[in-house]
Amino acid sequence: MATEQAAAGRMQARLLLMLLMAPALLWLIGLIVLPHVELAMLSLRARVSPRVYELSLKQYRTFVDEPLYWHTFVRTAVMSIIATACTLLLAFPIAWTITKLAHGRARSMLFVLCLIPFWVSETVRTLGWMILLRESGVLPAMLVKLGLAAKPPELLYHDATILIGLVYTSMLFMVVPLVSALDTLDDSLIEAAYDLGGSGFSILRQIVIPHAAPGIVAGCVVVFMLTLGNYLTPTLLGGKNSLWFTEQIYTQFITRFNWEQGAAFGFLLLGLSTAIVWGGLKLSGQRFGDVMRRA
Amino acid sequence: MTPADLSVDRVDKHYGAHHAVRELSFEVARGSFFSILGPSGCGKTTLLRLIAGFMVADSGSILIGGQSMARVPPNRRPVNMVFQHLALFPMMSVGENIGYGLARRGTPRAEIERRVGEMLERVGLAGSQAKRVDQLSGGQKQRVAIARSLVLEPTLLLLDEPLGALDLKLREHMKIELKQLQAAFGTTFVYITHDQSEALVLSDQVAVMNAGRFEQVGTPQTLYYTPQTPFVAGFVGANNRFSGKATSMLDSVVTIATPQGLALHARSAHAFKIGQACELFLRPEAIALARVERDLPASYPRYRGIVQGVLFDGANSAVLLRESRSGCELRVALPQTGQLADLHAGEEIGFSFDPASAVCFATSPSDGH
Repeated sequence: MATEQAAAGRMQARLLLMLLMAPALLWLIGLIVLPHVELAMLSLRARVSPRVYELSLKQYRTFVDEPLYWHTFVRTAVMSIIATACTLLLAFPIAWTITKLAHGRARSMLFVLCLIPFWVSETVRTLGWMILLRESGVLPAMLVKLGLAAKPPELLYHDATILIGLVYTSMLFMVVPLVSALDTLDDSLIEAAYDLGGSGFSILRQIVIPHAAPGIVAGCVVVFMLTLGNYLTPTLLGGKNSLWFTEQIYTQFITRFNWEQGAAFGFLLLGLSTAIVWGGLKLSGQRFGDVMRRA
Repeated sequence: MTPADLSVDRVDKHYGAHHAVRELSFEVARGSFFSILGPSGCGKTTLLRLIAGFMVADSGSILIGGQSMARVPPNRRPVNMVFQHLALFPMMSVGENIGYGLARRGTPRAEIERRVGEMLERVGLAGSQAKRVDQLSGGQKQRVAIARSLVLEPTLLLLDEPLGALDLKLREHMKIELKQLQAAFGTTFVYITHDQSEALVLSDQVAVMNAGRFEQVGTPQTLYYTPQTPFVAGFVGANNRFSGKATSMLDSVVTIATPQGLALHARSAHAFKIGQACELFLRPEAIALARVERDLPASYPRYRGIVQGVLFDGANSAVLLRESRSGCELRVALPQTGQLADLHAGEEIGFSFDPASAVCFATSPSDGH
């Protein structure tokens, strides 16, 4: 009797758990797993004649054979890594100021300042950069006025411009995990190291960075993935020559109606980001679970 | 007289409107254990941070080992600090923690290993180099924190309430261990605490600090038996305190009357005017108890009181008495022999005390406590 009741109770608990998990599972299966299975199947077939397809690695072979494609692929990866590194270098002093130097109101003010740009949509923000940087824009006009340039220079459509835009877009996603990592660093550890003869650099290297490592890696993973998969910023700020891999995917799907090729590119990008994130975790000696708890 | 390892001269520090340290001067002799005892907010942490170099004094000078510390940053001072929560580096092993300071000085690796090994041996943790900090017990962490500082052979070791976070049993144990470590190393210790028992047990000299000033500096015995200010009398050890007015003054014995009409006698270093407001302090253990009046010393005034409650605490047991005529309450220590262990609430008992063991101070308007 008692065991039956207990069994019924367990059943009920399991049912409740399933109900609670249902939205997440639906989302995961319906919006992530199913489309990817479909895309995987698409990417592994080739058209032999109208409406006739066969299993083939042709799409992936095209990627290898066509220098433009893998050139774009490598370039996107390298630029994303550079953008992530720049974001980290800029965000670290900001997070340090917020956690260790600012107190009370100043602290929340600084945090809000980091957040404010995100109230505007990414498109509008990027268009803002374009207004500032284009040939007839604010900054080139200012350079001419100050006598630093003879005629307004074109500041858009450079790699540096793309990087600036990417770093700007990613900043918050780096600052937040860094702030939460540095927040838990006890000030007396820094003072103790200083008291024992440590210099600023050695304290940063031996105390601060090891402590903040999970937060640093979490921020880098998030920023890297966002940057690699970004479409808008490289396209608008880099123009036709931005050569961002997401553009290739867009072109295949939308312009050329070549879904098979687009799907293969999508999978290559997924593989690339997975490989680089895995490599980064291995290099920094961090575990994925620890890192994601910080993000 | 041994030379002073620490000499503080008219050091002053403000935080905005708050005057944390007021024109403070003192010296700490080489090899001694010096404690600064005071309630929280009295400025003792500020003083310690000024000595360590984490803060800069508004005025005055600090000399360590005879060298002026003006414009010397903490990492260049011959001073090390044991932090309140120890601040061991969790990202390093025990050996790396202790070797950190030596490595920063550029000591060769082989010598670091040798000295870390020796230091661990001296603090009774031989062979723990590879352990992680979180594998240590509270007491072991404490020893590592001290070893980490002492391996640098500082002129002065500052300790910021390092026992505060420990539980009672361990704290009692670490008190003894700290004293033994200090004796073994011979380094000058400057210890701050709000726990008077720690200060009394550990120190050669204790400074009682209040509102940015030292009220009194002396050996634990001096502070306990001859406090010079009402604050010291009230803060160091347990004390019964009575306020009243002086009614007579005879051969350095002052008699005071409390508002409830209790007359008490005490020694006093200075003369009182009749009618002057004063405070009298009487230690619970200075009072003799007896059920039968003739068991009390004949030469001292006798009183009677009703037992209000028995506070049993082993050797520290006490009773709360209400003096029969005036109704004044006081705390009296029970004899450690256990002869009055059967005392119960409601019982009437006689008590008396030697006036020389009570102290009396004039109430000055500024002493609001």
